[in-house]
Amino acid sequence: MSGLVASGLELTRGKKRILAGVSAAFAPGSFTAVIGPNGAGKSTLMGVLAGLLKPDAGDVTLDGTKLAQLSPRGLAKRRAYLPQNPRAEWPISVERLVALGLTPQLPFFGDVAPDEKAKVSAALVACDLTALKDQQATTLSGGELARAMLARAIVGDPEYLLVDEPTAGLDPRHALDAMSRLKARGEAGRTVVAAVHDLGLALGHATRVIALRGGKVLADVVAAAVDAALLKALYDVDARIVRDEAGVSVRYL
Amino acid sequence: MSGRLLNIGLFVVLVAMALASLLAGRVWLPPADVIAALSAPDDTLAGLIVSELRLPRLILAVAVGASLGLSGAVLQGLLRNPLAEAGLLGVSTGAALGAVIAIYYGLTAHFALATPLLGLVGGFIAAALAFALSRSGGTLALILAGAAVSSVAGAGLALALNLAPNPYAAFEITTWLLGSLSDRTWDHVWLGLPFMAVGCGMLFLIGPSLDALALGEAQAESLGVNLKRVRLTALAGTAMAVGAATAVTGAVGFIGLVAPHLVRPFVGYRPGRVLVPSALLGAVLLLAADVTSRLISYNTEIKLGVITSIIGAPFFLFLVLSMRRRAP
Repeated sequence: MSGLVASGLELTRGKKRILAGVSAAFAPGSFTAVIGPNGAGKSTLMGVLAGLLKPDAGDVTLDGTKLAQLSPRGLAKRRAYLPQNPRAEWPISVERLVALGLTPQLPFFGDVAPDEKAKVSAALVACDLTALKDQQATTLSGGELARAMLARAIVGDPEYLLVDEPTAGLDPRHALDAMSRLKARGEAGRTVVAAVHDLGLALGHATRVIALRGGKVLADVVAAAVDAALLKALYDVDARIVRDEAGVSVRYL
Repeated sequence: MSGRLLNIGLFVVLVAMALASLLAGRVWLPPADVIAALSAPDDTLAGLIVSELRLPRLILAVAVGASLGLSGAVLQGLLRNPLAEAGLLGVSTGAALGAVIAIYYGLTAHFALATPLLGLVGGFIAAALAFALSRSGGTLALILAGAAVSSVAGAGLALALNLAPNPYAAFEITTWLLGSLSDRTWDHVWLGLPFMAVGCGMLFLIGPSLDALALGEAQAESLGVNLKRVRLTALAGTAMAVGAATAVTGAVGFIGLVAPHLVRPFVGYRPGRVLVPSALLGAVLLLAADVTSRLISYNTEIKLGVITSIIGAPFFLFLVLSMRRRAP
């Protein structure tokens, strides 16, 4: 089966069952938003889908091959993963930071080749970072760093893009930008999965929504099918969803 | 590009320092005598001084300095901690304890290389313990395990000093702990050099992975870096390189800590690019300290480790202050 498929994922840490039988399929050309309250297991699911966490039971397959059977480098060439609140540990330049996204493509010892430089410039342009390319990554503001990290994730044009909280700490304009970039990647035929807290952004941009609660999939629907009843079941809040030509907004009552 | 220039510059300085170290000492040799002694070793006084005293000392100084600088750069990159060096993982303290045990039991009387040999064993045991204790955890676990192993080995050192059978043994232990390259022979070179060479080779291999670690562990892993293997290689390489270095010279501080900081701005702070210049600068610094220790004419020899600490510690303080000004 093509695409990214998770079946029967179980993961227990200590006494807590973080994932309790999660199954989901992510097809090429889709942008899936994973929503759910804090502690629902969103980040853990993202880590398992990325192949960084091993589930206790169940497995994830990529075009029919189990992730565990792919080499870390081979997997890295095909999927990019961006954790929550990524940080730059050294004051390297923004350009270098973005170029690190090409690590799996590079020979073990060697520098960035000319066509790779072009990819880096393209990613810098796409994420509105050209003016900042020589700045040290540790001096960026939160929003700038988030953009730089997103550029790092998409620079290698990965088939699968897994992003944990891409809009956390971003102002409205950059949050919208980030979501549109993810949406555009989905429309370009890539598979995008993002854990998102901002429901308005999630429902307005994603094609599909997976609602997670207590480590279980509560709903797996097209974005347009998410209704107030689902949000009530998911978050225990009363909400009203307004869909109009300007997008989607969620009001909590 | 400036990184390559830096490496060439450091290499030139290293060669110049190496030549100077052959000339300088209690007996100053004219360059012509040194060249003659190097090209055709003979039994003249100059020939013996160069081939039996200064050349092994020079080789050890370069190898030890490079090992310390390189392992410091690797560990700082791996742990993403500017204070990391081999001492943090307990390797140098473990090696020192091994060597001190050899001195304590007077094993050197039976077998001249007992001290460095047991030092090597001590370094390996310390690294293995640190690794075993931190196997299930991550970077922080490794730092904590290293600190624990280091404290245990430090306690062993204190106990050895406390129980020293006679004042001379205690004196011998303390002077050995201060670190020195005097009276080192070709035997020391042949014992230490292979380990330092293999260890440094392993450490150099980690360079590309260190670059990816600038993004943090999760992203580095997602980029195909096998963190477990990198950690194991770094620890084993450090155990070999620094274990052997400490085993032949005693504890020499600050070089592993300071060398990477000095070169980092010149390579755009890229952790992988710091390795080569750190090794070169470490060698230069250790050689300079050794030549200085020979030139200071004092009743007692000022030990190598003392010189690196006296110069290194204030310099480190300066680094901390200047970093605080630059960092957010």
